Amino acid sequence: MKTSHMSSVAMETPEEVHMKPTYSGNKALAQEEKLIFELGDMAKTGVDLAEPAPIPSRLAEFERTDPIGLPGLTEPEAVRHYVRLSQTNYSIDTGMYPLGSCTMKHNPRLNEKMARLPGFADIHPLQPQQTVQGALELIDALAEGLKALTGMPAIAMSPRAGAHGELCGIMAIRAALEARGDARKTVLVPESAHGTNPATAAQCGYAVDIIPSSADGRVDVAALKAKLDHDVAAIMLTNPNTCGLFERDIIDVAEAVHAAGALFYCDGANFNALIGKVRPGDLGIDAMHINLHKTFSTPHGGGGPGAGPVVLSSALAPFAPLPYVVHGPDGWRLIENHDEAGDQADDAAPFGRLTAFHGQMGMYVRAYAYMLSHGSDGLRQVAEDAVLSANYVMASLQDVMSAPYAGPCMHEVLFDETFLDGTGISTLDFAKAMIDEGFHPMTMYFPLVVHGAMLIEPTESESKESLDQFIASMRFLVLAAKNGDVKRFKSAPQFAPRARLDETAAARKPVLRWHPN
Amino acid sequence: MRYLPLMAQDRTEMLRTIGAKQIDDLFKDVPPEARLEGLIDMPRGQGELEVERALTNMAANNIAAGSVPFFIGAGAYRHHIPASVDHLIQRSEFLTSYTPYQPEISQGTLQYLFEFQTQVALITGMDVANASLYDGSTACGEAVTMAHRITKRRKAILSGSLHPQYQEVVRTLAKYDGFDVSVSADRLSGTESLLELIDQHTSCVVVQVPNFFGTVEDLSKVSQAVHAQGALLVVIVPEIVSLGLIRPPGDFGADIVACEGQSLGVGLNFGGPYLGLFATRQKYVRHMPGRLCGATTDVQGRPGYVLTLSTREQHIRREKATSNICTNSGLCSLAWTIHMTLLGEKGYRQLARLNHQIAVQLADDLSSLKGVELLTPVFFNEFTLRLPRPAGPVVDALAEKGVLGGMPASRLMAHDGAMENLLIVAATETNTQSDIAAFRSALGQVLS
Ligand SMILES: Cc1ncc(COP(=O)(O)O)c(C=O)c1O
Repeated sequence: MKTSHMSSVAMETPEEVHMKPTYSGNKALAQEEKLIFELGDMAKTGVDLAEPAPIPSRLAEFERTDPIGLPGLTEPEAVRHYVRLSQTNYSIDTGMYPLGSCTMKHNPRLNEKMARLPGFADIHPLQPQQTVQGALELIDALAEGLKALTGMPAIAMSPRAGAHGELCGIMAIRAALEARGDARKTVLVPESAHGTNPATAAQCGYAVDIIPSSADGRVDVAALKAKLDHDVAAIMLTNPNTCGLFERDIIDVAEAVHAAGALFYCDGANFNALIGKVRPGDLGIDAMHINLHKTFSTPHGGGGPGAGPVVLSSALAPFAPLPYVVHGPDGWRLIENHDEAGDQADDAAPFGRLTAFHGQMGMYVRAYAYMLSHGSDGLRQVAEDAVLSANYVMASLQDVMSAPYAGPCMHEVLFDETFLDGTGISTLDFAKAMIDEGFHPMTMYFPLVVHGAMLIEPTESESKESLDQFIASMRFLVLAAKNGDVKRFKSAPQFAPRARLDETAAARKPVLRWHPN
Repeated sequence: MRYLPLMAQDRTEMLRTIGAKQIDDLFKDVPPEARLEGLIDMPRGQGELEVERALTNMAANNIAAGSVPFFIGAGAYRHHIPASVDHLIQRSEFLTSYTPYQPEISQGTLQYLFEFQTQVALITGMDVANASLYDGSTACGEAVTMAHRITKRRKAILSGSLHPQYQEVVRTLAKYDGFDVSVSADRLSGTESLLELIDQHTSCVVVQVPNFFGTVEDLSKVSQAVHAQGALLVVIVPEIVSLGLIRPPGDFGADIVACEGQSLGVGLNFGGPYLGLFATRQKYVRHMPGRLCGATTDVQGRPGYVLTLSTREQHIRREKATSNICTNSGLCSLAWTIHMTLLGEKGYRQLARLNHQIAVQLADDLSSLKGVELLTPVFFNEFTLRLPRPAGPVVDALAEKGVLGGMPASRLMAHDGAMENLLIVAATETNTQSDIAAFRSALGQVLS
């Protein structure tokens, strides 16, 4: 209801309000935040420390005398700085984050609380082992759970992320082949594979040979078999694959791979589709990493950390890297060096060590809490709900968008940009318009096997209301595109803290740090 | 199940929309012989209360460092973390976001990465730093393979005073990536045997400061010898607080610096997650592994940040990438940069001095015990003692007395008989006078 006073004043249109500059540059809750180098002062600190006793230094000429140039902020200033920065980020807790292949599911807060118990967070990796029995027990319990869920006999826990797990698996494969005097030179990788797969194979000294995809979005089995010769060390296959499809012929593939004397690495980034429903061990694989930061809900944290334990077949088990936990009459023990490994099992031949210490304990605690919370029934429900939600999105959008491959899909659904043909709008434009609708875009331009890929992974964490709102918004955008509302897409995002950023300029003249000017 | 929002009725309706009769219709591509009929053999789901109870019981079977006099280092250090750090990193918008692939809605992550990269470059005395790697040991491995790309040589030399597990990480990479590694015979201090190994085939020489035994030493000769042969100097810093007091690697000619950043903001965590810091010279930027954040502007001319130079990375370059790394240590880099911002120049330097002073006092107190000798006179906050008997059982006996008193060098160097009686001891600002007194008295009792 307008007052007579207000009705006499000409109101600005919403468009005018949106573009209008303010004096401060801030707009209500949208705060522009300077760099700490502009805000802080070298003489300021947010930490009150005791004054060191006047003991002469033992460092002689090695002391640092020149100013470093580090700005300090007091606690109120620092808290405000980082809270303001946080408010320019989208997150799972903000809204739907259907980033395909990344499994952006809810991160339970119980897991955060448990990882912060001093008995886990405040223990040193090189404390005497009798003082960390509970930690070793937890690693062992999580390892047992992961083996049960995958149906695999052995596991290497220490890899620090998925790609690190790939390195572990391919090194174990190479060690096993070399142990039987079989130096092979090539790793087969489907063209739809994630970039870490070929990068890993190359890092382990292998040539990468690309297998094409077939018309149904799976690996071309005939082409694969044609490439299987005595020079092939391994195949790296993602299942479900990066098109969100189950590799139907996987058992056949595994048999052919083994018949050729090669080994089967499965990229387990998409294990969320299978957990509790299918054990990869029953498909004939030899190694598979599990991204605990995907399937087991440890937070992505803006890029990490993660954890990438690797389950291993009996053919690879002896080559598992150091360290690992064993259980004996005196409790849990960490096997940290080659001699201990040999004493513990005759056939042990660890291929080496991937990292200092024992891996990502903080992630293990969270993943184990997740595993206990869901249990056998809940984990199966996770896979079912994830797959159901993806298929629901597919069924609700495929009449207006273009799905290159027929369903059912698994936990994610792939569209390409054919439905935008003739509109002048690209996958990128479409994604940016989704930001204006309040969603994080799906994964764009991956996998590489279709044009303008849009890979949508809703995960099991979305309610039906949330899925329906997403579907309705997508349909609205498709309609807007088809009706020629090109401006909406080209100028998107309009309501984000920043409009589109100039990535070309950033790469041409890289400015990677602040400099005083 | 408290984490699953779909209700039975939702599932029915969704199946109807899809045109499926039951959920298993959606799994029809799975070969029948691989479809699991029953449940996996593990307990069913539990409530928060039950899970919390189970995990709290496990945690209670560990001795937390903060509950006893605690003096272990060897690549992981216990420091006080300001309360606001853990509060801020648990902001949903930091904790539950992915890699900032959509920069318009990720400026918070990108701006702190830009600040982080600058802080890392400043403290190491280098030109540029990346947005983090997994930890110090894997960063060390990446430094070596980067040196191979730059020099087009494949022979790395490691100092014998580099952390033994870092050495093993490099040796493991070498075995599969097919390059040569030699390790010098130097141990507690000195670089003589390192200097002898350097020749025209050397790609890089890897030294650690302070070294594994705590010694801080003059690396100018090594730097000269390395550069005279056209090789690169790789400097590893496992205790990042040290750079508040000792000269930065950039000062004595480092080409690549790889550090363990765990000391600030991250905590002990039984070994992970940790934080790999990685810095180099401007001219080598395009050879770097990992993500880089760079400054730019948006179409309205406002300043902003993006991930950049990604043509080095696996998602673009695939088998020709500089590294296979994808997920890194994002949230740990946030904790680190918040802690560093709270410290500022003043706090960082004071923290370093405090660590040194407490360690000096501890070294003097312990080496005044009969038969205990300080072997590393020039140190920062960690030093090595020779005990009159094997250090392994001594450490266990100290633990029985409720003191976590250092790490026996033999734990990580079992093959080297000269290590048997050596104890590596670290002190930080968290150690009180009564901790020091308790350690001295317990060690005295165990040795008597
Ligand atoms: C299919 C696939 N493989 C491998 C990876 C690599 O995993 P990480 O990022 O944990 O190293 C990812 C995740 O980005 C992925 O989606």
